Amino acid sequence: MPKPNAVKYIDYLSSRPIVRHLIYSSSVIFFLGIILIPPILGIALKWNTIGQVFQDSGSMSRAQSAIFASFAIAFLVSFLDLIAGLPMAWFIARGRSRVLNVVDTLADLPFIIPTVALGYSLLLFWGTQGDGISQFLANPLVSPGWLLIVLLHFAFSYPAVIRVLVGALLDYKMVYEEASRTLGAAPLTADRTVTLPILRSNVIAAFILAFARSLSETGATVIVAGIFENGSVFIYNTRNPPVGQPILEGPMVFVSFILIAAASLIYLVIRILGPRLKMPIKRVWPVAERKLSNFKVKTSRDAVSTLTFLVFVLVPSLFIVFPIAGAVTSGTLNEAVAAVGVWQTYWQSLILSYGVAAAVTFLNVFATLPMAILIARKRWGNGASTTLDVLSNIPMIVPSIALGVSMSIFWKSFAFIPEFALIVFAHLSITYPYFVRTMVAAVEGVTVDLEEASRTLGGRPFTVFRTIILPLTKYSLFAGTIMMFARSVDETGATTAVVTNLKTVPVLLVGWVKLLREGQMSPATVALGAGFLVLFSFIILLLLRLVVRGRR
Amino acid sequence: MPEVKVVNATKRFDQKIVAVDDVSLQVHDKEYFSLLGPSGCGKTTLLRMIAGLIEPSEGEIYIDNKIVNKLPPEDRGIGFVFQTYALFPHMDVWDNVTYGPKVKAWEESKSETVGREMLEMVHLYERKDALPHELSGGMMQRVALSRALAAGAKLLLLDEPLGALDAKIRFELRYELRRLVKDLGLTAIHVTHDQGEAMAISDRIAVMKKGRILQVGTSRELYTNPQHVFVANFIGENNFLEGHVAEKSDGGVQIELRGGLMVSGSDTSVKEGDRVVLAVRPETFTIEKGHRKKTDLLLGVVERVRYEGTNIRYEVRLTNEDVVVVVRPSLMEEWFTTGDKVTISFPSAKSYVFPYPSRGLREELAVE
Repeated sequence: MPKPNAVKYIDYLSSRPIVRHLIYSSSVIFFLGIILIPPILGIALKWNTIGQVFQDSGSMSRAQSAIFASFAIAFLVSFLDLIAGLPMAWFIARGRSRVLNVVDTLADLPFIIPTVALGYSLLLFWGTQGDGISQFLANPLVSPGWLLIVLLHFAFSYPAVIRVLVGALLDYKMVYEEASRTLGAAPLTADRTVTLPILRSNVIAAFILAFARSLSETGATVIVAGIFENGSVFIYNTRNPPVGQPILEGPMVFVSFILIAAASLIYLVIRILGPRLKMPIKRVWPVAERKLSNFKVKTSRDAVSTLTFLVFVLVPSLFIVFPIAGAVTSGTLNEAVAAVGVWQTYWQSLILSYGVAAAVTFLNVFATLPMAILIARKRWGNGASTTLDVLSNIPMIVPSIALGVSMSIFWKSFAFIPEFALIVFAHLSITYPYFVRTMVAAVEGVTVDLEEASRTLGGRPFTVFRTIILPLTKYSLFAGTIMMFARSVDETGATTAVVTNLKTVPVLLVGWVKLLREGQMSPATVALGAGFLVLFSFIILLLLRLVVRGRR
Repeated sequence: MPEVKVVNATKRFDQKIVAVDDVSLQVHDKEYFSLLGPSGCGKTTLLRMIAGLIEPSEGEIYIDNKIVNKLPPEDRGIGFVFQTYALFPHMDVWDNVTYGPKVKAWEESKSETVGREMLEMVHLYERKDALPHELSGGMMQRVALSRALAAGAKLLLLDEPLGALDAKIRFELRYELRRLVKDLGLTAIHVTHDQGEAMAISDRIAVMKKGRILQVGTSRELYTNPQHVFVANFIGENNFLEGHVAEKSDGGVQIELRGGLMVSGSDTSVKEGDRVVLAVRPETFTIEKGHRKKTDLLLGVVERVRYEGTNIRYEVRLTNEDVVVVVRPSLMEEWFTTGDKVTISFPSAKSYVFPYPSRGLREELAVE
């Protein structure tokens, strides 16, 4: 079948270096102009308001405590996730029982649940009188506050850490471990002195992921925080003051700035210094490590790992199923389907959420692909590639609400920009790194030989892209697209910062929980609202699994 | 000193794939023993069972007369050299070599002494600070070997240790390997698919195919007295001619080849009328110009001539259309050219007669 003229023309144009340069430059300009520079300029535009914080000691003290709490919780949660996640990942990756397939699948479940729904589930399980564990106690086991935040962040970062570590262990060449065993090392010694050091970069990646997720999380954190404030909750509360009170820009901008700057710095430090981290492999304790490698100890360790997962992650995450079931049987479902009362707003919010997600996904795919190729193939040299790679990850590290505040300031200075566009810009920033990382890894996986073979056979650059790179990376493209879509639907923090009138579903649900606390909303309505979100997210992620399985 | 005995060992994967099928063998103390066979024949699986890296589905493995089936690899006192060397990428040469003594909690002075000795033995002490990716293939192989030896093992297991090296280095290192093993008084079991390598350095060789051991013997025994048609093909080179036993006597058998050609073969257990395969090595034939009609002489025409330096290789199409390869020393005799009519013969005592394989000759000779 002859090629359409348009495709032929694009093929022809792609041979010209100026055209290729324009495409890559446009991609970088998009990244700089929409993703990276607006938050920086946004802070700069309101820099003069930061003085408000320094003039008010109470405000300063509150801001400092909030910032400290954000980082302290993020570090604590990341360490806890690693400590709990490593043995569990080992158990899943190296175990032989078929039950482990079930455990492996269950470990993904908290991924499926939107964080807002997760937050509500944990609030019910740990911290609400008459529900969950608390129904057996006189008082809620864990009241809303910093501890509940830690439990929440631990639960939703845990699956991410497990995925990274299990993937690393499955890709790891067992021959190194076998070699150390034939040299006399007990299994634990081999794991500690050989396997872990080789997987160091994956362990660091898992740590960064958990850290970023904890730092960035807003919606669910607001739900479980009570009167406690970390940085995200502080910004949320400042952005949504009680009726009649003004929005204090100074403290909001100050905390946003510190969170963005500190998070970026910490990320850079970990990324640069992390690979140089020396692991404790010089000393060995043959007798002790041999004893700790025996079957009973190993079985106990696996049992404790599984129990930790069940008690602190799975059961609290799924607890929401009960109030959802109650809402379905109580008649709330009929109201929801009939769009009665608050449900009309809910469905409008849902349509808005999916509309934004679709727009964001569409834009990001076209804007990000050239960037991914630029980074993966080092078209502009090693230095530029590394710089762009690091910079493109920053929106993932930075708290989304802080990013939203700075973007809101920047874009609202252009009065003609509608609120829908503001939400899209915010979501573009948040989802950008997810797609870039996925596609960079996918393009790097296509050996350069294949592209060169295509060129020697007469293929022009665009021909190579559409006949070689695209077909070989299509599963990653689908998977990245679905992840981006799901992330956009789930996004709360940045959305809260940019909206005035429009509300996406997660933002609406956070508001509903607030009303529930004030007695102005029924638990069944909140539960069912979360339930619909879970259902639709489940369908999206099922699609993702089918795509990934199709590739395997 | 370690002697290794494998008794009726079988290894199944997923209940379907039988990688090692009822294998028994014995490796004597200080012997250099090779497991030889094509890819997928089970030799590496067998080696890994001896190492304790996998458990046999059935059978027993003994090291020094002690059953070791349930013993983990770190407690078997072995040294293992992997095909890919498996040098720890995050450790330099020194740390790699002293890893074994370290994890066994040897005194530091002893570890250092052994580490230095081993590296000097393989002439790599001056590279002790190098990382694995900074070394050549030959250097990595020697570091892997010295690492396996530094741990104090008396039983050395080598899984295609020279497989990843180029031909010249492989040729040089094979002898160095044997010398080291013999000098240190070790028992070695060496897995390879290279029959030249196995024949050059082994005291005895076990030829394997499809999970089974076909024959165990010295290089000479396997070459001069193959007991199985696959062994005759895998060790050295052979011509295979199909026929029937026309007559059997005390001195041997008369075999009628295709087209009615009659030749003599060495005495075997075949009976008159049996379908057989006659194997004759190319260097065993004599070749003369012209056709002489007589029993035990085969007439043919030279179809192709290849000069190989030391030898000349002739492909001769016989009158029954079978093609045989004849190899003669190039400096010793007259040469023939394509199209020449020739008569070839061979001493029956230097031929091998095998029963025709039930699965067919091509299947039986296949190396995959």
